[in-house]
Amino acid sequence: MATVTFDEATRQYPGNPIPSVDKLNIDIADGEFLVLVGPSGCGKSTSLRMLAGLEEVNGGRILIGDRDVTHLSPKDRDVAMVFQNYALYPHMTVADNMGFALKIGGVAKDEIRKRVEEASKILDLDPYLERKPKALSGGQRQRVAMGRAIVRSPQVFLMDEPLSNLDAKLRVQTRTQIASLQRRLGVTTVYVTHDQVEAMTMGDRVAVLKDGLLQQVDSPRRMYDHPNNVFVAGFIGSPAMNLLDLPVKDGGVQFGDALMPISREDLKDLGSHVTVGVRPEDLDLTETGQGLAVTVDVVEELGADAYIYGQAKAHLVDADLDESEAQAKPFIARVDGRRPPEKGQTVYLRPREGHLHMFNAESGERMGD
Amino acid sequence: MPLELTAARPDPALLDLPWSVPLEDWPADRLAALPRGISRHTVRFVRLSHRVLAIKEIKVDLARREYAMLRNLERMDLPCVEPFGVVSGRQTPEGMPLDACLITRHLQYSLPYRALYSQTLRPDTSQRLIDALAVLLVRLHLAGFWWGDVSLSNTLFRRDAGAFAAYLVDAETGELRPSLSTGQREHDLEIARVNIAGELMDLEAGGFLEEVADPIEVSERIVDRYRELWFALTESERFETGDRWRVEERIRRLNDLGFDLDELAMSTDLDGTTIQIQPKVVDAGHHSRRLLRLTGLDVEENQARRLLNDLDSYRAATDRQNEAEELVAHDWLVSVYEPTVRAVPREFAGKLEPAEVFHEVLEHRWYMSERARTDVPIRLAVRDYIDQVLPAKPDEQSVLGVDTVEMPVVAMFDD
Repeated sequence: MATVTFDEATRQYPGNPIPSVDKLNIDIADGEFLVLVGPSGCGKSTSLRMLAGLEEVNGGRILIGDRDVTHLSPKDRDVAMVFQNYALYPHMTVADNMGFALKIGGVAKDEIRKRVEEASKILDLDPYLERKPKALSGGQRQRVAMGRAIVRSPQVFLMDEPLSNLDAKLRVQTRTQIASLQRRLGVTTVYVTHDQVEAMTMGDRVAVLKDGLLQQVDSPRRMYDHPNNVFVAGFIGSPAMNLLDLPVKDGGVQFGDALMPISREDLKDLGSHVTVGVRPEDLDLTETGQGLAVTVDVVEELGADAYIYGQAKAHLVDADLDESEAQAKPFIARVDGRRPPEKGQTVYLRPREGHLHMFNAESGERMGD
Repeated sequence: MPLELTAARPDPALLDLPWSVPLEDWPADRLAALPRGISRHTVRFVRLSHRVLAIKEIKVDLARREYAMLRNLERMDLPCVEPFGVVSGRQTPEGMPLDACLITRHLQYSLPYRALYSQTLRPDTSQRLIDALAVLLVRLHLAGFWWGDVSLSNTLFRRDAGAFAAYLVDAETGELRPSLSTGQREHDLEIARVNIAGELMDLEAGGFLEEVADPIEVSERIVDRYRELWFALTESERFETGDRWRVEERIRRLNDLGFDLDELAMSTDLDGTTIQIQPKVVDAGHHSRRLLRLTGLDVEENQARRLLNDLDSYRAATDRQNEAEELVAHDWLVSVYEPTVRAVPREFAGKLEPAEVFHEVLEHRWYMSERARTDVPIRLAVRDYIDQVLPAKPDEQSVLGVDTVEMPVVAMFDD
């Protein structure tokens, strides 16, 4: 087992004016489950492949433990790509299906048997070792495939969108299984996904990338409560955080009819406008008509809660969209599912205290705590 | 959601297929062959307007991606199955959405490796399959294709004058790059080695492989063959300026391997005493292109080599070395090749491709001549071959085993 260090690691393709991964710095602790997440083209898969030895590193270094692996071949890095080839062979026993790659690697028979038995205990497969895969259920087969990577006892597991071809239900089940297995094994794991829900539910820490640049690396909770910039704020969370461009006046920001006070210290750095973020669950309906007016287009009832999607009388922003597209996005709020407003109604919403996120309108960087 | 069909040359008959039924449950009367084995995705073969199509049920984004990838490979003239189309927007009569389907055309006279092992085989079949796969992998890598899931199961084999020619079947995991790094090529090679060993061990466990062959040893052959070929095609060479014949020699060596040189970088050192040459672009199919130009026959590389040799002997035997090659080739085609392949009775036409029949007849004639200690004319050899050998051959025009027999790992959960 080992730590993994990306030290200013850079990958630039020939003929590309900008790097696909630009000076990436992440320290991954021994045994940690780190998820790389971001929209397509953000550099997450490239980063993983740099670690695997499948993409050349043009600048910086990559370390596994204290070992500089930057220029080692994939084979010599002691990492395992999980789920790369997950076919099981029908005529071979479960034990042979798990251990055959070790046999190819020249590992002694006794050692193979020992490792297969250990892995099968962790995977609850020990009663089935002498059976053929045909006799196993789907879930058990999946675990045999995982076992194939486990018996190699690599220093690091690498997983690149392993769930992408599963249907939604299976995806949820498998992701729970992978996360719990990783915790039991305690092997450092780097996992790539484009799905922020997957990232948030699986990772000890999550690294968000965009355009080859690391935006933030934090625990899921910290990332959710404390996004470093407008991009992370909009990317993490489902439904997404509402982001508004609001004027600053009289010691606060004008949120519809309501003036949300801001500490004197924070006010110092604000210009005349600020990007304000508020999550759908951090809004209250006001009885008094104070706050931001929103005309309800859709009510999504989920039982205990309901989400309303509507048009806000405010200037919506999005780090990735142009102004008119951003403006067309709905404003979203979570309300009590027992008494939701009706479609067409205008409601007034006010953010809960301490739940406003503020970002510099120019740079998008977070301001204040 | 309406059914959506994407295809370069759409066939309206496609719309008659039962798209609202999960592929797994398609009625047997629709299928060209009953499914054999299980693959990662559901795959079925259907007969449609006189051709056989392979249909794979897969998520729509993956289906579109693989279709586009196969189209690209086809455009680059790389050996792969022919993409036919994507059907998406499928749903059951109850409105339940179904996965999309990727449709490819069945490659005629191609054989999945497992079908080869169910026949009586020459002992070196595994080696010949692996040699063919090594050529395929080198060609794909030269073109910048990073396969990601190299295996015998993901390849189809066509007979090629006693050897095999390999075709890529599954491009699901593949990526096209301007060029591949050494790490990427090595990764494919390592995957190939492990998969081939696994596939052979599985055949061994199933009792299909003669026990003498060691799967691990055989699987290592892919690495050796690949490296040899890659080196021969891409290495740079340095020699004295006086040894310029070595440029010619290099080109001949590439031709012997079945490749044509498209571009060669040549440079001298500062004082001009040594020359360095580096092949930059090579294209496979040296002999098959030459045969195509001379005769219009489109066959595999080794078959072309064999046919060209016979053409050369014909030229020598008829003493026409000084005539234009095209004219002699035309006469050879009309008087030797065509009568031979036409002699095959219609009921045996599905057994072997014509060019492979011609190759086998030449082999047969050689054995007959050896026995008779005199040259046997080809028309006698054909007759004897058709009487004695061909009837016992299996039909190989449409061998429709599902290409992988591995178990699906991703299936329903038990817990």
